[in-house]
Amino acid sequence: MSGLRVINPGLLSLLQDGGRIGHHALGLTTGGPIDRYAFDWANRLLGNKPGSTALEVSFGGLELEAELATCVAITGANNVVTVNGETRKLWQGLVLQPGDRLRLDFCDAGCRNYVAVAQGFDIDPVFGSSATVMRENLGGLDGGKLRSGQLLPCGETTWNQMLRLPESLHPEYPDHLVARVVPGYQYEHFSTVKKRLFFGSEYVVSEASDRMGYRLDGPAVASPIQAMLSEGICLGAIQIPADGQPIVLLQDRQTIGGYPKLGAVLSLDCYRLGQLRPGGRVEFTPISMDEAHNQLHLAAVHFNQVELERVLA
Amino acid sequence: MTATFSIDRAGESAVIAYFGTSSSPEVSAAIHAVAQQVRRELGGELVDLIPSYASLLVVYDPLQTDHHRVGDVLRTAANNSVTSSSTAGKLVTLPAYYGEDSGPDLGSLAATAGLSVEEVIRLHTGMEYRVYAIGFAPGFAYLGEVDERIAAPRLATPRLKVPRGAIAIADRQTAVYPATSPGGWNLIGMCPVAMFDPDGNPPMPVNVGDSVRFEAIDRGTFLELGGELITDAVAGS
Repeated sequence: MSGLRVINPGLLSLLQDGGRIGHHALGLTTGGPIDRYAFDWANRLLGNKPGSTALEVSFGGLELEAELATCVAITGANNVVTVNGETRKLWQGLVLQPGDRLRLDFCDAGCRNYVAVAQGFDIDPVFGSSATVMRENLGGLDGGKLRSGQLLPCGETTWNQMLRLPESLHPEYPDHLVARVVPGYQYEHFSTVKKRLFFGSEYVVSEASDRMGYRLDGPAVASPIQAMLSEGICLGAIQIPADGQPIVLLQDRQTIGGYPKLGAVLSLDCYRLGQLRPGGRVEFTPISMDEAHNQLHLAAVHFNQVELERVLA
Repeated sequence: MTATFSIDRAGESAVIAYFGTSSSPEVSAAIHAVAQQVRRELGGELVDLIPSYASLLVVYDPLQTDHHRVGDVLRTAANNSVTSSSTAGKLVTLPAYYGEDSGPDLGSLAATAGLSVEEVIRLHTGMEYRVYAIGFAPGFAYLGEVDERIAAPRLATPRLKVPRGAIAIADRQTAVYPATSPGGWNLIGMCPVAMFDPDGNPPMPVNVGDSVRFEAIDRGTFLELGGELITDAVAGS
């Protein structure tokens, strides 16, 4: 088996696919890419099946050496990508020849890049998925983050035409965002004053944020509920612990928990939230379930209708 | 169905059904029955289900269905479900080695409770527990409820390392640690049966809604069944 050799794993690089679905009853979380939008583009630029295994590179610093001819596509945070020291573009397919060195610098806006390879990395699934969840020691090559010297297996590909996402459609990665929230769970139990405070305040992303959840610092939203039975947690759930500082639960969240919740951040905005670094700012705005539903359908239609540009390799 | 059944939104593609405000074998059986029916009815529209103490989270594919339909399916299932606590789930017997070398908190728990160690073991093995929820870590099954005489609060300072297989009590819940992890529960014994094995079929001996009974075994039997003692685990780490 051949593939891409890890020369430098960077700070936190993880193999991810579309996520581990259908095993919540065993206590398994989904994992999967924090920024599903950028991840989906990386795969689509190479004509891969949606959810093919790719790399999520948090903060950067990754260096790989190709041991075969293949193509990669890098999307996500603003970063400098080089092949053998020459700068290459994000958001388009890139050809790699055996011996080529692909390097990602440290990103300067946003914090996660996605590196997809033609046909996806060839990783044995665990519970139906290759998604790496370090807390569960499952997925990827060995349940952990990439290490120097590892081989990321993939197939050989030779193409001479590449696809590119038009520049006008590249997302921006500002350090401030307004996240849409579907009110739910214990929302009705919170006082009107506390709900106004939550939706009227700016929160700062804490250093303690990770793939499990984004911890926010700001005006405390005191919970009216002292003790409640643990219950299932969905993506984006906004948990309010005893100190009143909200936590938005992301891909590596625990499956059940006993803190009151205000509802959940729209998935499309979870993807953007997860690109914020510590110190980034977020505000919240409520939307109705119907509006959320429409936004999801529109996003799916938009993704499928984009016409990609062709470039010679 | 109980009068306290209600459905709330959770997020853009999840709704949560509440079956009451407290857990009980009856509530657990109702959740189990409704979960099965929802799974059948939604088929490919369903993404995942999370049953817990008194609730069921239903995660669906918003591109294929919506919360109106999922709510209807839940309400219909709740109205139609036969909720006899005897029909749902299987009974699983887990061997348990209770001893000073397997349960470092067994002696102090007995002393605090004013019971002998033998009485604590008799009370812990004397009850049929229900699997109310699975979470915290893969394969961590919350079992309830222990006899109130052996209920014990979590340790003030959690241990950094609780070994895989440790049988523990926190308040009126009991559990077997599926993997070595930090933990604040009181350790009273060790179970040689793996609670989570990614390569196993099934990967867990229990599901939510099943019943569990502990059966006391001696040290020799524990080791014969492949059990490892805490001291071994610590020494080998």
